[in-house]
Amino acid sequence: MAELSTGKHTLSVLVEDRPGVLARIAGLFSRRGFNIESLAVGPTEHHGISRMTIVVNVEETPLEQVTKQLNKLVEVIKIVELEQGQAVQRELLFVKVGATAETRGQVLDTVQLFRAKAVDISADAVTIQIVGNRGKLTDFLHVLEPFGIRELVQSGMVAIGRGSRSISERSARPVAVPAPPAAS
Amino acid sequence: MSEITGAQSLVKSLEAAGAENVFGIPGGAILPAYDPLMDSTKVRHILVRHEQGAGHAAEGYAAATGKVGVCMATSGPGATNLVTPIADAYMDSVPMVAITGQVAESLIGTDAFQEADIRGITMPITKHNFLVTDPADIPRRVAEAFHIASTGRPGPVLVDVAKSALQAMTTFQWPTELQLPGYRPVTKPHAKQIREAARLILESRKPVLYVGGGTIRSRAHRELRRLAELTGIPVVTTLMARGAFPDSHPQHLGMPGMHGTVAAVAGLQKSDLIISLGARFDDRVTGDLATFAPGAAVIHADIDPAEIGKNRHADVPIVGDIREVISDLLVVLEAERAAGREGDYESWVAYCAGIKKNYPLGYDTPAGGLAPQYVIERLGRLAGPEAIYVAGVGQHQMWAAQFIGYEHPNTWLNSGGAGTMGYSVPAAMGAKVGRPDATVWSIDGDGCFQMTNQELATCAIENIPIKVAVINNDNLGMVRQWQTLFYNERYSNTNLQKHSGPVRIPDFPKLAEAYGCVGLSCESADDVDATIAKAMEINDAPVVVDFRVNKDAMVWPMIAGGASNDEIQYARDLAPKFDEDDI
Repeated sequence: MAELSTGKHTLSVLVEDRPGVLARIAGLFSRRGFNIESLAVGPTEHHGISRMTIVVNVEETPLEQVTKQLNKLVEVIKIVELEQGQAVQRELLFVKVGATAETRGQVLDTVQLFRAKAVDISADAVTIQIVGNRGKLTDFLHVLEPFGIRELVQSGMVAIGRGSRSISERSARPVAVPAPPAAS
Repeated sequence: MSEITGAQSLVKSLEAAGAENVFGIPGGAILPAYDPLMDSTKVRHILVRHEQGAGHAAEGYAAATGKVGVCMATSGPGATNLVTPIADAYMDSVPMVAITGQVAESLIGTDAFQEADIRGITMPITKHNFLVTDPADIPRRVAEAFHIASTGRPGPVLVDVAKSALQAMTTFQWPTELQLPGYRPVTKPHAKQIREAARLILESRKPVLYVGGGTIRSRAHRELRRLAELTGIPVVTTLMARGAFPDSHPQHLGMPGMHGTVAAVAGLQKSDLIISLGARFDDRVTGDLATFAPGAAVIHADIDPAEIGKNRHADVPIVGDIREVISDLLVVLEAERAAGREGDYESWVAYCAGIKKNYPLGYDTPAGGLAPQYVIERLGRLAGPEAIYVAGVGQHQMWAAQFIGYEHPNTWLNSGGAGTMGYSVPAAMGAKVGRPDATVWSIDGDGCFQMTNQELATCAIENIPIKVAVINNDNLGMVRQWQTLFYNERYSNTNLQKHSGPVRIPDFPKLAEAYGCVGLSCESADDVDATIAKAMEINDAPVVVDFRVNKDAMVWPMIAGGASNDEIQYARDLAPKFDEDDI
């Protein structure tokens, strides 16, 4: 399995679930010249808080500057870097592969071998779902290539830390800030 | 609870937030808000002539008072005209709230008349922004906007309110607490970092206090002076920090950077410890980063963690409000002093003082015509350190930073980070509204002045008697200076009087009079004092003085763009001599 190269880091970013947050974060990356490799957004166990998993390529810019700039965004609640060894990282991929009566068996063997799943079968094609890390997905596609890859769609990476601790336990509680007093 | 309109709720929210002055222009989408605004006894609305003027006025108000400046505009072009001042406020950390009308919620996204996605447009240039479509959210968003704008590292916050929310019925309830889970600015510095900083300060032999605009925003000038006097360390104040430390103080080496004093540039360049207080190692200060202050360790204190280490590695990073940082440092350093431990900076202080003495700021008096530096120097002398000076951008800005002696914070206002030509007149207007008892001098160039002088009408009609010194050299002077130095004197498109007629176009004194102001002019050094005195006597109307100055004057010292600070030129082709053995 291929490891991510050294310039890549996985950030878990807890954000307020409000319209425009994604645009704000994407805009920050582009204007500061940071490079997003992959981005996945979804809900969390806490209502009103979304979690973004951002794989960032920081060959040029120090990771510290990326996280500091992200942290300045008012709607960003918390950022945690998930280290390779301490986290489970997965991507989801659908691929539509050509499969005739003669080749279908081979395709399905490959599906089984990789513990993937055929989710749709038609006369001349099979649509396969596979979940795994980047390396597994790359290997899988490599094996399928001779059958003819007709269409491919892939999610961003999601990642979660190993062990019992949750990154959102403490940060989920909103901190109340006293409002400025109403001027009399 | 009685029902009111969203528009009434917006006005009540502005009142509750303490907004006393709002600069703006009405238009379709914001129109509902202007109806209850007419009845407000707490909020004075000042009708400007261009939204850019409203934005800069809000900035000037904020920079002169330390309070949040407020501007207001309608949707579409009204809002986009605020973009420049918002960007300016973002670069210079000015606390500002911009209220814009937006088209009705049902029309958002349809390319409706006067629709612009101002929230999207201003995302990269605001500290935060909101789109409000539910009238019940208005008080909370306004409270959040004022809180975010004025706390932490200050900055502009935009609240875009849909017309439908202004027209709908709602109830008004000012929030008692704000839910901003992602916004927790750190103001209290870490004790360990403070101790480490104190250790470096005591061990260093060639330290310098590199004072930035954050010192003014955090109102830390008193603490700064105590720190400087306790330690005896030389001080440099950046363009944004002029006035944070008295220019008359013997420890003050002046302004560093591209047009800084030789002493301030050398003070940083040759130091062994830079104590950065609310400064950000801007390229205009550091020159070529790779060769900037090569022998210096860095203590970098800033309220914005992202500034620390952004351009220059920090050996001791300190996140915190500068006033708290200096206060905590003082406690440690005073205890060390009581225990008999002090820094030994004697030869360094003498070295800096020597450079300061050998390379004072100066200028040549031209054979014919009026030296612009002389005008600005006399203005500073005659109006004094209690006046507020507001510059545009260019040569006159640099001379105003160099040749006026600043003694107090918030008396020098300019567009430092963004370099926005046209800042001066409207910002001076805002400053005068915020500090009506102070004399406010706009020092503007003839290029800058023509970008925003329409606000003279606002000043005349609203009884805001600012004074404007137009340093008129018929040219875009700073650009011309670069053309002189780096483009073989090929003056492409910098001459603003490229015509053969006998009179200048426009005639500024006549223009001033057309705007209901007093227009004066001055062409010779002999008349400068009398003209300034005359302008100082007029307090019932704005005054514009057209100082017709020599166009060949240049700003010195200078470090060419991108060059190393080692290559500072005291005057053209004249490099200062540093005797390293003296340190």
